[in-house]
Amino acid sequence: MKKIFLYIILIAVAIFCLTPFLWMISTSLMATGQSNVFPPRFFPEKITFAQYINLFSRLNVAKYFLNSTIVSVSITLVSLFVNSMAGFAFAKYKFAGQKGLFKLLLSFMIIPAQVTMLPLFLMLKYMGLINTYMAVVIPGIASVFGIFLIRQYLLSVPDSLIEAAKIDGATDFQIYISLVLPLAKPILITLAIFTFMGAWNDFLWPLIAMTNDSMYTLPVALANLMGEHNQDTELMMAGSVVTILPILIVFLALQKYYIKGIMIGGVKE
Amino acid sequence: MNKHRRKISAAYFFLAPAMITIFIFFLLPVLAAFLMSFTDFDIYSLGNISLAQFVGFRNYIEIFRDSLFWIALKNTFYFVIVGGPLSIVVSLGAALLINSKLIKFKGLFRLIYFTPVVTTLVAVSILWRFIYHPRFGILNYVLSLIGIHGVDWLGDPHWAMPAIILMAVWKNFGYNMIIFIAGLQNIPEDLYEAADIEGASAWRQFKDITLPMLAPTTLFVGIITMIGYFQLFAEPYVMTQGGPLNSTLSIVLYMYQEGFRWWNMGYSAALAFILFFIILVVSLIQLRLQRESSV
Repeated sequence: MKKIFLYIILIAVAIFCLTPFLWMISTSLMATGQSNVFPPRFFPEKITFAQYINLFSRLNVAKYFLNSTIVSVSITLVSLFVNSMAGFAFAKYKFAGQKGLFKLLLSFMIIPAQVTMLPLFLMLKYMGLINTYMAVVIPGIASVFGIFLIRQYLLSVPDSLIEAAKIDGATDFQIYISLVLPLAKPILITLAIFTFMGAWNDFLWPLIAMTNDSMYTLPVALANLMGEHNQDTELMMAGSVVTILPILIVFLALQKYYIKGIMIGGVKE
Repeated sequence: MNKHRRKISAAYFFLAPAMITIFIFFLLPVLAAFLMSFTDFDIYSLGNISLAQFVGFRNYIEIFRDSLFWIALKNTFYFVIVGGPLSIVVSLGAALLINSKLIKFKGLFRLIYFTPVVTTLVAVSILWRFIYHPRFGILNYVLSLIGIHGVDWLGDPHWAMPAIILMAVWKNFGYNMIIFIAGLQNIPEDLYEAADIEGASAWRQFKDITLPMLAPTTLFVGIITMIGYFQLFAEPYVMTQGGPLNSTLSIVLYMYQEGFRWWNMGYSAALAFILFFIILVVSLIQLRLQRESSV
């Protein structure tokens, strides 16, 4: 009896979670105006890809998709190297002020990113980087959370492995490339998903840094499109599907790593 | 000695890219924003930086006299104080459900509950705008099925913020749920077995074992949720533009409008620092409360 009750709640919550997405997909497959009815339609009368065709042929969505991809992939690749190097230094080397520096970095996590945005915008403007991919990529390169994640993981790797490689005459950089990176592969995948999703979904900073229409990322383009087409439900749903789908596929493929990352981050040191 | 020095220089080599980027593109901007908040940096200074003058505390004084600031502050606190705890309670409830021994398909439910978390906030804000549509939206349709006459959710100043909160809970609860599940799994099983032998009710077990053992997790979840919720921006930007009647204007939205729409950058920087200060104070209060209750 209690079991049935629990399942009813579980399924009700699952319906609450999924219905908006199903409705979004179904509406995106309707012809213009089809969703403006009461009671709402949960299935298209006739499936059409007209909204998607419109998005890609007239509304430049392929370009925004490309922008989002370039920006997110660049941030992910560069930040993996930068953060794993720093995490390695914190986990496996001893240097003056190490503990203090690490604590200082952790304390930065409480500073909201919005505080940096005004000077950052001016700085990048004077460097001529506003409306370039660099403007969005640069602030995403180093992340305290990423350094923390890598350090925690590498602390559990025995020093003896590294000492052995050193005795064999490997340089520090060789050790990093051919020993540390392969060892850290699971956590690197975790960090890669976190970073990619964060970059893909980010809104405020790309909105500020990309003022030129042709440089918009998908979320910025979508918000902008909403201003002109706020009555075109079907079109906006198709735009939302295009924005959400890639991230959903990445998540479903790699969810094990993603969920593990949250658990590591959530366990206090 | 030589070897030792090599080791240290290697450490600095590995640290350099991250530290230099953080210094130039994070720390310097924070300091610059602090200075900027004491200037009248505006659209004219944008072209010629020497036009910006130090004005002491003028921005801060003006902010405290600015009725829009107080509205934005009130709305942001409404969102944090109602939305934050609500989302944490839902997260904990979902974690307890999924962690229950009676339940199968745990992985599937966990996956479904987590899906909204990974999706793009701007896209789901647009999606929910249509869900809240007064005539054609699903929410009012579902309400009509149980005999409730719906309202114009985003068009009514009393309902716009609750609507944004409901969406935020839907979007976010899965994240904290995962952290709670990890916390629940760390509680030693024998505590519950002992309680069972003593005949303690499920509620007693929850109150006297689960909650105290989860306290560090709850503190962590509380702080990260609160920090995130104070930064409310994309939802009102996309769904309501801060309206109706400024009922969803948040601090970050106001900061964005002042800084990047009207280019009152000195004023906007002061707003940013007030937000930072609030987040700092609230985090310290939470830490203090936790320490006192655990002594």
